[in-house]
Amino acid sequence: MRRYLGRKLLIYLLTFFVAVTIDWLIPRFMPGNPVDTMLARMALRADSAEVLRSYYIRAFKLDLPLWQQYLNFWAALFRGDLGISTWLFPQPVFQIIKRAVPYDLFLLLPAIILSWIAGNRVGAIAARVRWLDNTILPLGYILTASPYMWLAIVLAWALGNVAGIFPIAGAYGFGLRPHLSWLFIKDLLWHWFLPFSSLFLVMFGGWAIGMRNMIIYELESEYSRYLESLGTPQRLIRKYAFRNAMLPQITGLALQLGGIVAGALATEIVFAYPGIGYMILNAVQNQDYFLIQGCFLFIITGVLLANFIIDLVYIVVDPRTRLGMTGE
Amino acid sequence: MRGSKFLTVVGLLTIAALVLAACQPATVEVTRIVTEEKEVEVTRIVAGTPVVEVVTATPAPAEEAEVTYPRNETLYTSGKQWGPPTSWNPLQPGSYAMGVIGLCNETLFLYDPLKNEYIPWLAESGDWVGDNVYEVKLRQGVQWSDGEPFTSADVVYTFELGKLDGVYYKPLWDWLDKVEAVDEYTVQFTFKEVRYQEWGNTLYSVAMVPKHLWEGRSEEDIVNGDNLPPVGTGAYLYETHSEDRMVWKRNEGWWAKDALGLSVGPKYIVDIVNPSNNVALGLFLKGEMDLSNNFLPGIATLVEGGYGVQTWYDDPPYMLSANTAFLFMNTTKKPMDDPAFRKAMAYAVDVDEIVTKVYGNIVQKCNPTGLLPVWEQYVDQDVVDELGFTYDPDKARSILAEAGYQDVDGDGFVEAPDGSKIELKIIVPFGWTDWMESIKVVANGAQAVGINLQPDFPDFGGYWDQLTGGTFDMAINNFGSNMSDTPWTFYFWLFRNPITDVMSNGNFGRYDNPEVFDLVVELDKTPIDPEAMKPVIAEIQRIQLTDMPAVPLWYNGLWAQWNSTYWTNWPSAQEGAPKYLPCTWNGYWNMTAILMLTELEPVQ
Repeated sequence: MRRYLGRKLLIYLLTFFVAVTIDWLIPRFMPGNPVDTMLARMALRADSAEVLRSYYIRAFKLDLPLWQQYLNFWAALFRGDLGISTWLFPQPVFQIIKRAVPYDLFLLLPAIILSWIAGNRVGAIAARVRWLDNTILPLGYILTASPYMWLAIVLAWALGNVAGIFPIAGAYGFGLRPHLSWLFIKDLLWHWFLPFSSLFLVMFGGWAIGMRNMIIYELESEYSRYLESLGTPQRLIRKYAFRNAMLPQITGLALQLGGIVAGALATEIVFAYPGIGYMILNAVQNQDYFLIQGCFLFIITGVLLANFIIDLVYIVVDPRTRLGMTGE
Repeated sequence: MRGSKFLTVVGLLTIAALVLAACQPATVEVTRIVTEEKEVEVTRIVAGTPVVEVVTATPAPAEEAEVTYPRNETLYTSGKQWGPPTSWNPLQPGSYAMGVIGLCNETLFLYDPLKNEYIPWLAESGDWVGDNVYEVKLRQGVQWSDGEPFTSADVVYTFELGKLDGVYYKPLWDWLDKVEAVDEYTVQFTFKEVRYQEWGNTLYSVAMVPKHLWEGRSEEDIVNGDNLPPVGTGAYLYETHSEDRMVWKRNEGWWAKDALGLSVGPKYIVDIVNPSNNVALGLFLKGEMDLSNNFLPGIATLVEGGYGVQTWYDDPPYMLSANTAFLFMNTTKKPMDDPAFRKAMAYAVDVDEIVTKVYGNIVQKCNPTGLLPVWEQYVDQDVVDELGFTYDPDKARSILAEAGYQDVDGDGFVEAPDGSKIELKIIVPFGWTDWMESIKVVANGAQAVGINLQPDFPDFGGYWDQLTGGTFDMAINNFGSNMSDTPWTFYFWLFRNPITDVMSNGNFGRYDNPEVFDLVVELDKTPIDPEAMKPVIAEIQRIQLTDMPAVPLWYNGLWAQWNSTYWTNWPSAQEGAPKYLPCTWNGYWNMTAILMLTELEPVQ
């Protein structure tokens, strides 16, 4: 057990190191540099631009040799310092992420978990109820195949622009000051509903189809047939099938949760919802090395952590893993 | 079977629709919280976790804090903010939030480009009192929003900050000698070298900061701090901000009320961070946005179609012109080093097609000199008649033929006089859709006269790297041709020198001509008097049109569209309407946009 976990942990640390290095390296392969992009946006007179350019290049330590910048990056990372954003100058990257993450959690956590629960339930039922299978399956395929962006635009157009029921942008009404009251909470939820629905619907389709196919596969596997030939009641067989079919779904859920902060990029852009996805897009467009690094660091950590948790969960839910460990 | 499947789907969708329909929008009730202490605790709900923020209230007497901004007292704008507001520091020209300079921190003068007039603002007057001494008399009775008086010490302090590394007006000190307070309301500037044009430009663009609050700050904090909350002398106070908006609240103690009898209409200004085009248009048409300074393609159809959308002019070009888009050619590369080739390019581009097909008539074809309409008086018509150009493919072909460009290998494209092949690229940043379309027109025009020019769309970083690094062939750019008080800023950009490894902003084609460089310096040292400036500018125009280092193509608009559902008396070209710039972009509040706010009236 300890050896198993130890080895896993080592692999994760190694992956982390490599991933973070790549994360550091890739933005630097882009032509140009963040300071020039920042100055281009200012559209200053050339003499002012030159003064600021030399200042910021020094301030952001971009004049150092690359290897030194790399070492500085790790040193700063261990101090918990992710640097200062050039796009959102002069805000520290950590602050920006801290303010954006709640929007993502608020949007994605309910969408992922509710769609997972509902998708699995409905998928499992669909596997054995013919009329439901005939409706859910095509609907599921349509939903899961529709790009988030497209579904979001359709929802915004139909329910926002045409029907005028829901607002089409922002996290809460532009005429509202954030404060604790029913008025504000209602407004927040009202703005949240469309982005949430667009994510929920697409994810729901995916989970439902996955579960349905898995159940059918399990019901046709040898252990089910064996149970059937022993005369086991259908309910019990289904229960076993459901449990086995759950395993890949759990992996899927954990991976979705791990990548949570990046999951809603398209949706956030369509609804002007200020989460991490929106930050990443802009950071890349503005060559903001520091914000790109920071956002992806969050994603890398999230994915690795989720994987590690799956490993732990599997020990509990999948006896084969435990068997493998004792067999070592 | 098929039918029943269909019915079930429809049934499910109907149920879903009903559920959605049941969720009616929350009715908005106005709740007021009266705050009495100096510290107000504002709790905001983000992602279900209450985040408590402590906001220090202004020391003004206990005031009502409203939780909803009444629609008839609030102006909703958009167009300046490309990301969450993050800085309120007027020394950070690219980053400061919408309105920091103009609404909050004010300048000594305003400049009115439509009348070519400087309007005394924090200054009461300004005059040259000696050959190299400029004296500013300050207005008395102006207060910072914390109650302290605004005096000459603040002006001296603000200009002295320009000595710090990282402050954008540092180059001022190359020719400014000293700034002294003569008395509490008089400041004298002594110059090593008098640059009238540049000084005029400085007077209405550098915003004053309060010495008493800033002098205790570290250099690092002054240059790189976010200065939250900002304290200014302006018509608005910082109210709040979040990731997708910036909110300003009217300063009831604004000096201009007593001094000039001016007061601003909107009690609140909510500036919305630029959303995608469809969202911007959606908000605008729903009446949730009053003034949009976004570039909205196809806006002309909405103006014509009676959607209640208004622009400066009712007819093409709809917008005022804000800057000139130039075709830059890299003069360090063959064949762009040949003036004849560059002239041929000028004749080959069908700008009218760009204006009508790409922009739907919301931009204007420019004068061959590229000077904006506000600088019309400086165009030397004789020079233009003699050397000007217009779209004429035959002329382009004949210029090329005369200069020895011939199609030797029969592929339909000309070769250079020395027989080498010509294969060129024209670049604009990917995603800048209007520019992407327009360089297709430029490339088509070039190909039609036999120049093998292909459009290319690197991302912005790549574009800027090629442009400033001098590795591009041709490119479109307009970053320094903005409307200002003097054509000097325009020529300073177009003929930026010396030529260095990185051309930060201007003269991207690296056109090297000491004669014109000297003229630009001479213009800078010419007093602000059109009659004195015209001969120098005429000389520059002659060289520009002879050598054609860059081709001026069209004037980009001062994108501004508004709707009058909640606010009226917008400035426009219509008779009787106020004549101020309807624009929230950086640098426009102090070019009379602030006066637009004093004219706006709520619809009853």
